[in-house]
Amino acid sequence: MQFSAEFETRFGEMLTHYPTKRSVLVPTLLYAQDEAGFLSDEVIHEIAARLDLTELDVRNVISYYSMLTTKPRGKYNVQVCTNIACMLRGGEELYAHCRKKLGIGHKGTTADGTFTLEEVECIGACSWAPAVQVNYDFHENLTVEKLDKVLEGYKK
Amino acid sequence: MADLVSHPDEVRVVSRRFGLGATELDRYLELDGYKAVQKALAMEPDAIINEVKNSGLRGRGGAGFSTGMKWSFVPKQSPKPKYVLCNGDESEPGTCKDRLIFEHDPHAVIEGVMIAALAVSSQTGYIYIRGEYRYLSVIMQKAIKDAYARGFLGKNVFGSGKDLDIYWHGGAGAYEVGEESALMESLEGKRGIPRIRPPFPAVVGLWGGPTVINNAETLASVPHILLGGADWYSKIGTPKNGGTRLFCLSGNLEKPGVYELPMGYNLKKMIYDVGGGIPNGRELKAVVPGGSSTPVLLPEEIDVPMDFDSLMKAGSMLGSGGVVVLDDTNCIVKFALRTMKFYQHESCGWCIPCREGTDWLKKTLTRFHAGGGLKKDIDNIQYLSENMLGRTFCPLGDAAAMPTIAFVKKFRDEFEAHLEGKPCPFEEEGAVEQLPVLAH
Repeated sequence: MQFSAEFETRFGEMLTHYPTKRSVLVPTLLYAQDEAGFLSDEVIHEIAARLDLTELDVRNVISYYSMLTTKPRGKYNVQVCTNIACMLRGGEELYAHCRKKLGIGHKGTTADGTFTLEEVECIGACSWAPAVQVNYDFHENLTVEKLDKVLEGYKK
Repeated sequence: MADLVSHPDEVRVVSRRFGLGATELDRYLELDGYKAVQKALAMEPDAIINEVKNSGLRGRGGAGFSTGMKWSFVPKQSPKPKYVLCNGDESEPGTCKDRLIFEHDPHAVIEGVMIAALAVSSQTGYIYIRGEYRYLSVIMQKAIKDAYARGFLGKNVFGSGKDLDIYWHGGAGAYEVGEESALMESLEGKRGIPRIRPPFPAVVGLWGGPTVINNAETLASVPHILLGGADWYSKIGTPKNGGTRLFCLSGNLEKPGVYELPMGYNLKKMIYDVGGGIPNGRELKAVVPGGSSTPVLLPEEIDVPMDFDSLMKAGSMLGSGGVVVLDDTNCIVKFALRTMKFYQHESCGWCIPCREGTDWLKKTLTRFHAGGGLKKDIDNIQYLSENMLGRTFCPLGDAAAMPTIAFVKKFRDEFEAHLEGKPCPFEEEGAVEQLPVLAH
């Protein structure tokens, strides 16, 4: 399992930040997932070994956090917030539009592997609702038209 | 990057440096940065705690506990290392204020953590930022690195002879981790399951050591208090509710945004003046005053000062400062359902009243909104919610139950309008798949 040099530097540094190795687990899993696309058996094995944990320990943690996944996702994870503040300003319409446009449902991936769609809970964009996060990028004050442009931008 | 707004009634304390480029350390220094911590270095720990106590600063995460008081609970002597933990796992629906602090003024958070550490004689602090806020984690990592490079952190900070380390930490998606003890579990690399209290974190926290845990906005307020003085800060707000607050206005408003207003600012004015009122000629229907877990207020209940004690008196809570405004086109049953869907999704499953309660409430509300409700279910919703209150390790159970009780109590007629096969009066025909009415 090869991670980037940046990952290794960060990982090495983080280990010095805590009295226990295990403490680096949650952020490390997320950074590993960002590089590998998802938390495969191989990634889980590697991280468990590095932190002196069992694979079960690691899986137990993965299943708790909503951003972590053991299944492959598309290149761009389109996360549409439909929680209260977004719902009041059209979040559900955006989600319905994405389902139709991309032809997939919650946690589905387009056939070409470009987009995964996810209905998510509050992403902290309430005052700029409705909002969508694509991977880590926030897109706010959206309309269906604006969202179309955003998605087109990722296709390129 | 989130848009900034302004209003003449704003009192800029925490947001003083927003939009001024203070993520750069030199700019931060020009804007009085790291002066407060140098002042704190020359003070006795008890003097720092007293200053914060006297300022009337109360926890901005939602509970509203006196910050200085919290710090004073940390034992002076401890065989285990003491820690300061900044809670930046902002995830309460309606709340988006810590995001702006991290984006525009990360050094203020670092400085706040440093001062808290000096107040409780700790040498280590952590700043936990939710996983979705990756760009803010990048900003924070750079800010910490810059502070180390200048000798503001590390060994012998500012030549004081004291050592102080601060590290960033990242989450990976979990509302529950915003709860103090769950946050500590998460930082220790585990599932965010809350811990039983007592012992409280001030005595047994991270890795068993005494730990101060405060919300990011709380900590970012601290340097301003030390520089401006407790007296100045306390006078900005109302009695026992010192200072300002970042209010996140959202929902059906003309001018939603994050505004920094004095504690005790009138809610009605906040909605109609600061927020610009309700758009499209619609009427106000309801306000959730402090994030999704706070009981809803009716239009006739909003002439109230927005401070912890006044909101408590009004039967709600100031919570995390997320003011969610609903106009009269919205269905309360649907709103209650969406709120419950959230809590059901986020319940960690550790305590049965929360795990089962949120799930049954979600199921019942789903059926209700789809026209399959029975009259007796209205009381069942109430009964289920009331039985969750105070019966869980952490406040998530209460957070789900409290708003639900208020929705039913204040909008009973609307629940009744959905009974026994009647379609939701707020939805277009066919928009909601109708569910059958269960047998009596």
